[in-house]
Amino acid sequence: MVSTNTDDGFVVFDGVQKSYDGENLVVKDLNLSIAKGEFLTMLGPSGSGKTTCLMMLAGFETATNGAIRLGGKEINNIPPHKRGIGMVFQNYALFPHMTVAENLSFPLEVRKIGKAERETKVRRALDMVQMGEFGGRRPAQLSGGQQQRIALARALVFEAELVLMDEPLGALDKQLREHMQFEIKHIADNLGITVVYVTHDQTEALTMSDRVAVFQDGRIQQLAPPDELYEEPQNSFVAQFIGENNTLMGKIEKIDADSALVRLDNGDLIDTVPVNVDKVGDRTLVSIRPERVEFNRERLLPDAHTLKAEVLEFIYMGDIYRTRLRVAGTDDFIVKTRNAPDQRRLKPGETIEIGWRPQDCRALDA
Amino acid sequence: MTDATPSTQNGPMLSADGTPLKKSLQIALRRQKIRALMLIAPLLLFVLISFIAPIADMLFRSVENEIVSETLPRTVIALEDWGYDDGKAAPPGEDVYAALYVDLSEAEELKVHTRLGSRLNYETTGMSSLFRKTGRGVGRMDTDIYADQFIALDPRWEDPAAWIALMDAPGISEVLPETASAWSSWQRILVSKNDDIAEEQPEDFLYPMLFRDLVRHPADRVAAYDGPNADMLAAARAAVDGFEAVSLEEQFIDIDKDWASPEIWGTIKAFSSPYTAGYFLSSVDLKLTPAGIEEQPESQQIYMLLFGRTLFMSMVIMGSCILLGYPIAYLLSNLPLRTSNLLLILVLLPFWTSLLVRTSAWKVLLQQQGVINDILVWLGLVADGDRLVMINNQFGTIVAMTHILLPFMILPLYSVMKTIPPSYVRAAKSLGATDWTAFWRVYFPQSVPGIGAGSILVFILSIGYYITPELVGGTTGTFISNRIAYHISSSLNWGLAAALGTILLAVVLVLYWVYDRIVGIDNVSLG
Repeated sequence: MVSTNTDDGFVVFDGVQKSYDGENLVVKDLNLSIAKGEFLTMLGPSGSGKTTCLMMLAGFETATNGAIRLGGKEINNIPPHKRGIGMVFQNYALFPHMTVAENLSFPLEVRKIGKAERETKVRRALDMVQMGEFGGRRPAQLSGGQQQRIALARALVFEAELVLMDEPLGALDKQLREHMQFEIKHIADNLGITVVYVTHDQTEALTMSDRVAVFQDGRIQQLAPPDELYEEPQNSFVAQFIGENNTLMGKIEKIDADSALVRLDNGDLIDTVPVNVDKVGDRTLVSIRPERVEFNRERLLPDAHTLKAEVLEFIYMGDIYRTRLRVAGTDDFIVKTRNAPDQRRLKPGETIEIGWRPQDCRALDA
Repeated sequence: MTDATPSTQNGPMLSADGTPLKKSLQIALRRQKIRALMLIAPLLLFVLISFIAPIADMLFRSVENEIVSETLPRTVIALEDWGYDDGKAAPPGEDVYAALYVDLSEAEELKVHTRLGSRLNYETTGMSSLFRKTGRGVGRMDTDIYADQFIALDPRWEDPAAWIALMDAPGISEVLPETASAWSSWQRILVSKNDDIAEEQPEDFLYPMLFRDLVRHPADRVAAYDGPNADMLAAARAAVDGFEAVSLEEQFIDIDKDWASPEIWGTIKAFSSPYTAGYFLSSVDLKLTPAGIEEQPESQQIYMLLFGRTLFMSMVIMGSCILLGYPIAYLLSNLPLRTSNLLLILVLLPFWTSLLVRTSAWKVLLQQQGVINDILVWLGLVADGDRLVMINNQFGTIVAMTHILLPFMILPLYSVMKTIPPSYVRAAKSLGATDWTAFWRVYFPQSVPGIGAGSILVFILSIGYYITPELVGGTTGTFISNRIAYHISSSLNWGLAAALGTILLAVVLVLYWVYDRIVGIDNVSLG
């Protein structure tokens, strides 16, 4: 369980629980503090409770228990239209019967802002997403990427300090998605707004966020900046959910504060960093990133433990080579190597020795 | 396809074998079109034969009026020179009565004069009995003296063979035009009775025509005829000037003095053309009289009232259906699928009960000794003496029809609302709109296609509704369709029924067009 200081954040979830049927909790005791100007991503598989959290923040779901605070004020009982939170929906939710300019003008009209000011703000918002000349079009006449920009502009036009985004890029193709990731990030940074972003795409989460909250089973499994999340996953779920990952099963043979010796199920010994294992004899899942596996003996520490591996498959992927090995009884141990001039290409059938720096190999809960 | 090079000159694009590309495309598409046509052909034929054709025929009856000119062909022609002159005209001359005499004699034998009487009775009351009476009297006129006088002159005038020889002679229709015309009637009568012309004694009505032909012509004209029995004819010509004559006009007036009335003749003349606007004029409370187009007397003006009432009540029913159906459809579309399917069955339940049962149920509920009145009296809201009248009037029709047509409003609304994602309203709220603004500015505009579809359905269904207004409408709650049904099945004035139906169809089409202009038919969605 991740504990955070819940007192000084701009957005604070304080012991929030949510149940739909009174029997199961969809969100179990959520404590989360988001700083002003932070880009926080809620990442998790579907059904993990991340969207429910977002909807509670937006006001479309009520928290069964606990408090949600925005700017120090509890907002549990404030209806959504009074919260002043911008929101970008998965399917954009642009009003089909209004033009782009009317869509953008809508939040200003309901706030009773004068016509001249409305037009200035709409123009500025459209220019910000480089859609200046599309004001007269209907949403149906725009491409997916253009609709996405308009939805973003609409969420920003009334100068909300907090913008929620519910998988806003899910419907776009890969190239456009990557482009929009940067654009959203830049706009958010420039405006200094706080963004809570929901996605199930871990690349998206890593690329855009200041911090990522990984959800699983109604709980935050880990809340950390992207690099920490990737390199130092706190449990086996996070390790497996974020990025590609090789796993080996074993038992703790020897353990102290910053290293542990693990005996794999086939009897081999390896060096690991203990993360959430605590005593000798515990079952453990050992996690190693594919790009951290080394088969060049010279680059390993002289006393490092190594494993025998048989090359099963070599896949050429352009910038990298991807080699599948049989290691310690598993057939899907992956090694990624950079396509560099001095890089060796392994051949299927070859037998090699692999190893890694002990700090790259993490012993997690089984 | 390396040889499918596009032509470099400015001519049309050629396909690989040199035929123009457009042509080969057409050939390729034609086969598909024929296939498509073949697939729909059975249904198309069935609809054309069993549905479109009868309707077209029925609608055609609204202008068809051949019965007058078919039954009284000679009279219609003879009346051409007669003018009604605002009722001041004298009755037409003897020629017209002579033409009527032959026409009616034939019609009476063929038993079609009563049908004509009923037809003309729609226009002027009394025509039906006049024709029936005259049909009975036409055989008993004093015209038999002509036969007697001709036969006394020459017994051959009694002999069918002599008549046949005379009437078959070439050029006889110029010498004896009216007789020849009457002879053709005589032939038709015998054919209809399956009798042999050579054995039947010529009918009485031939002789007055013979007399008229002979009296009118100078002797030398008759003498110019040299066919069979020329001597018989010449002798008759010489003798007719001394014959005792009978005025056919007096004979008709003897049977019924209405035959002297210009009204009767004016009516026959006004409706003598094979097509008439009369039914349509009647449908809009006008009347084609001998003097021209007039308004119906106020006491008989009902059709404009009925059209107006039909449109008004259909609008009210449509409006009630929108008001009642919209919240239900909204609820249905926002419930989880399991619950909404269950409730949808309840919406559809009325479809599985007979229309008559549902309508009768409303009778039970609404009548003065009915459930609702009983409850109101029991509650003390209404005194037992003045129970509410809720049935057999407009209120009853509107209540029952709103109930019956409600599913037709709910279903299109539901299927349109089902496609409006909840995220639109959520987006509106997140942008700062109150519940009402979010509904009115965002949700409602998107449900308009459903309202449009439901309104068209309900309105067009109710404008032609028959059973329910018939059962619960009383006199003030009936529709134009009830009047159409009355004319089809009771008064048998199919022409008027057809005209009313045509107008109803036209009104619906015009409203449909107006709707298209205002709302846009592409804005209508059934889901």
